[in-house]
Amino acid sequence: MKQIEGSRAIAETVALCRPEVICAYPITPQTHIVEALSEIVKAGELDPCAFINVESEFTALSVAIGASAAGSRAYTATASQGLLYMTEALYNAAGLGLPIVMTLGTRAIGAPINIWNDHSDAMALRDAGWIQLFAESNQEAADLHVMAFRLAEELSVPVMVCVDGFILTHAFEPVDIPTQADVDGFLPPFEPREVLNPAEPITIGALVGPEAFTEVKGLAHQKMLRAIERIPALASEFAARFGRTSGGLVRSYRTFDADTVVVALGSVSGTIQEVVDAMRDKGQAVGSLSVGTFRPFPFAAVRQALMHAVRVVVVEKNVAVGMGGVLASDVREALGAEAPLVHTVVAGLGGRAITTTSLRRALEQAHAGTLELLHFLDLDRPVVERATAKEMCR
Amino acid sequence: MSGQQPIKFYQTGTFTVGNRLLDPEKRTVQASIGRSNALTSGHRACQGCGEALGARYVLDAAMRATNGRLVAVNATGCLEVFSTPYPESAWQVAWLHSLFGNAAAVASGVAAAFRVKRSDVRVLAQGGDGGTMDIGFGCLSGMFERNDDVLYVCYDNEAYMNTGVQRSSATPAGARTSTTPAVGSDPGNAFGTGKNLPALAMAHGIPYVATASVADLHDLEAKVDRAMAVHGARYLHVHVPCPLGWGSDPAKTIEIARLAVESGLFPLFEAEHGEVVRSTPIRRRVAVDPYLRLQTRFAHLFDGGVAGAEVIARIQAIADKNVARFRLASTETESELP
Repeated sequence: MKQIEGSRAIAETVALCRPEVICAYPITPQTHIVEALSEIVKAGELDPCAFINVESEFTALSVAIGASAAGSRAYTATASQGLLYMTEALYNAAGLGLPIVMTLGTRAIGAPINIWNDHSDAMALRDAGWIQLFAESNQEAADLHVMAFRLAEELSVPVMVCVDGFILTHAFEPVDIPTQADVDGFLPPFEPREVLNPAEPITIGALVGPEAFTEVKGLAHQKMLRAIERIPALASEFAARFGRTSGGLVRSYRTFDADTVVVALGSVSGTIQEVVDAMRDKGQAVGSLSVGTFRPFPFAAVRQALMHAVRVVVVEKNVAVGMGGVLASDVREALGAEAPLVHTVVAGLGGRAITTTSLRRALEQAHAGTLELLHFLDLDRPVVERATAKEMCR
Repeated sequence: MSGQQPIKFYQTGTFTVGNRLLDPEKRTVQASIGRSNALTSGHRACQGCGEALGARYVLDAAMRATNGRLVAVNATGCLEVFSTPYPESAWQVAWLHSLFGNAAAVASGVAAAFRVKRSDVRVLAQGGDGGTMDIGFGCLSGMFERNDDVLYVCYDNEAYMNTGVQRSSATPAGARTSTTPAVGSDPGNAFGTGKNLPALAMAHGIPYVATASVADLHDLEAKVDRAMAVHGARYLHVHVPCPLGWGSDPAKTIEIARLAVESGLFPLFEAEHGEVVRSTPIRRRVAVDPYLRLQTRFAHLFDGGVAGAEVIARIQAIADKNVARFRLASTETESELP
């Protein structure tokens, strides 16, 4: 255990995974991760490995695509606007089945420009064909990268490890950085299924027309679903080797006999658990569910965890403007026709603190039946009302 | 010499592969039965496609130069579309297509992977003028400034042909495209626009930059050879007529390409580390008029009006400027510039 910044813990763990090509373009709050990696590579501690400073995120992922197709273990990291700037390449990497691993230091998306944490970036690219894992803590953020490379290479699917910007990336916590021997034992060397090789030339990235495009996409979906089986198995194997629990599909906290269950992604789960404990102390039957694997969405695991709930409150750090909450929508889909009441609580946008007091108030309202179906936590209503009134006068 | 077919490929009046008069070692790669056929026959390019011809020569020359230790990265565009309609592929070289704008960056990644693996495999990236000069320019400039070990080849047919002949930053002044129609007071593509990519490549100070044309395939091969003899970022800009987009007779692709060179509109030169070191003098200088006349994209200049004649004069001035700038009027066979 050492007291270490989240970004440093991630960088050191990524280095233990022996990536061969690392490429990155700086963006807050991802910078500390790639700075640390550039130092590790430059010092020769990770040989052989190329660290490539590129001129954009689109290039960062494109370099990773080339490196991966040529048989290298490739890694990059980004956030927010950077992820959106990569969009075209994200779909391409997934479509080509390249097992690239990327850290996403989750951050809001402008306008208005905002460098602080929420999940708008991860949500925007949730359907790009990447597995998306969310870390609750810095320990899990580090550990997920070891699992991510293994999972990506087993399935030939790229994996995005989503780590809350600033809240985790810049926080100092005790983290147990695994040993090289343990990581090597868990993560075998990368053996690409198909590789650019002059001795056995293949064509990668051919044009596919209507006669086969549906099959290609159908197979991609099927392959993605295999992660639903592999993730719990890998988490168990990880626990056996490293002696701690990290990763997995979902994690329930005091949900047994809970009539109200709070669902969330990422680091806010810790805050939610505090609220759950406080309310349990008052005899209220509350529990929480942390969704660790967001893509592929673990429908069955979510359904099972929420089976006995009377109401579900999804706390999410994004708003799909004109729709509501993305995670809540997926949770409703998981619950099907006999769904309990599912509330969406939009919270923590653009880095606004999610306090136990505000969360608890929302849960009390849910219990009393007074919580809106779509609720913006701590919304400054007078400001919104004034602006709305002005707009109406135009 | 075994493996050579000295007569079969002779083509009267072209520089294509008619090299039976040359010593075997000076013959083109295409004259050898042992050529790699990296881009093999049966693909779906149009008749008279300059790009298909250029790509075949470039790839086979690069394959010979690297002893077959080559990977090609392709931008989206005609070349990619006509060569790989699933489940077919015309490529007999390890080949990767990712996106329209990222071929240079993907090639950088492939080169990095081989460097890390201490492999001798070399990387060639290729795209059209749109994929290279417009949407791919950021990635290309990054590859140049990092001096990544990639030869990037641009097949310049002066517009977005794959999508139906829209203007690119390589479209010449006065040319009609589907987004610069020949209407109004200033028909066709505007003067004073566009960019000179070989000059921009040179501004990065990379080891090697050259222009070439499908009118002189021997020269094209020689430039690929020279490019593959050095490491670092290299750029080859190949002029490739497009019968579909230019409105020209497919049988006249080589003739049109040659007129572009001989008029001075497409100067052939080589540069090393940012300085022009060689240019190919024009043996028989021609006016731009016959070049323009063979293409319907310039037909509006020949409607007998005064305006058309003025535009042709302005295009002639561009050619004259090139001739002066690159010393193309020299009587020597190759001008060595200081």
